[in-house]
Amino acid sequence: MDLFKFFGRSGGGSKDIAKDRLQLLLIHDRANVSPQFLEMVRGDLIDVISDYIEIDESGLDIKLTRTKRERDGATVPALVANIPIRKMKEKIR
Amino acid sequence: MGEVIVITSGKGGVGKTTTTANIGTGLALEGKSVVLLDADIGLRNLDVVMGLENRIVYDLVDVVEKTCRLKQGLIKDKRFPNLFLMPAAQTKDKSAVTPEQMMELTKNLAEEFEYVLVDSPAGIEQGFKNAIAGASRSIVVTTPEVSAVRDADRIIGLLEANDLKNPQLLINRIKLEMVKRGDMMNIDDIVDILAIDLLGVVPDDEQIVISTNRGEPAIVDDRSLAGQAYRNIVKRILGDNIPFMSLDTDEGLITKIARVFGFVRK
Ligand SMILES: Nc1ncnc2c1ncn2[C@@H]1O[C@H](COP(=O)(O)OP(=O)(O)OP(=O)(O)O)[C@@H](O)[C@H]1O
Ligand SMILES: [Mg+2]
Repeated sequence: MDLFKFFGRSGGGSKDIAKDRLQLLLIHDRANVSPQFLEMVRGDLIDVISDYIEIDESGLDIKLTRTKRERDGATVPALVANIPIRKMKEKIR
Repeated sequence: MGEVIVITSGKGGVGKTTTTANIGTGLALEGKSVVLLDADIGLRNLDVVMGLENRIVYDLVDVVEKTCRLKQGLIKDKRFPNLFLMPAAQTKDKSAVTPEQMMELTKNLAEEFEYVLVDSPAGIEQGFKNAIAGASRSIVVTTPEVSAVRDADRIIGLLEANDLKNPQLLINRIKLEMVKRGDMMNIDDIVDILAIDLLGVVPDDEQIVISTNRGEPAIVDDRSLAGQAYRNIVKRILGDNIPFMSLDTDEGLITKIARVFGFVRK
């Protein structure tokens, strides 16, 4: 590990790190203090997807998390939905 | 009817009490009648910052429980024309009063005073709920640190959920040198993230410590930069349009400081 990078050298620019960390934190905080947020997304997702696929609504799991972006390995917020499929609807065959 | 303004923050120790003392004194110096209400029950501080700790007889809880009359719970600050303090109780805890009682208390005070400033305790629990109960306007204090801004964001959400729309932001303890070398979030960064109106910026200033030692708010000190910043904030509360300045222009440090804290117009 590059220790110099890790400890931020002798200062300069640490505010950008602070700002990035803060922005990431707040995306999570803001979604979590509003329980309706994920419920709304969940409801709308079910509506949209159900047009094409028969899903197991009770098994649907949706959450806000962090993930590493492939391009540069940066941590970014991500909305992850796990949607168990029962079967495809007839009309799209 | 006067205006009830709550000064709050989420994170502790960022300068709520200092802000309440200075803004209150500044409003009194501008000729307004003001009462400072210490809602930090169990950890009262405002009396000490104001230098009035030796004059306490009754406190907020005594008034709420009707052990004494409203007027008996008020300490007059003799140094200023129309400034009063209602101290918090020190031996009780935050559950000693309810939001309903606070609502009634601030309403009664607002009938007597033009400004009722409520110094909120840190946190988001009972003490916070009490402090905001009767308020119609709110000031959120933060320092330029990740944890303080994060907590400010949480508080802003709670204020809005409690029908205190348009909270105003006060950024305290800015260090110009650190901002300049990119080691402290600047005003734009913080306003950008929190997305509320900026009321003012107060520099980190040794004079705050000195004036707290003496029990005289820094706003009365002409040489104090923080005092100057608080004078500008008071004018903005009264509705004057005192411009904010940018930190990014390349000019001498003194003019820059002057700009940041509003001595010089753009
Ligand atoms: N602008 C400033 N420059 C230097 N010191 C400051 C400044 N503002 C506040 N302080 C100091 O920071 C400390 C905390 O301030 P204060 O008591 O006002 O915070 P608070 O938010 O009321 O804290 P609490 O959450 O415990 O009630 C005090 O020692 C105070 O003197
Ligand atoms: Mg305090």
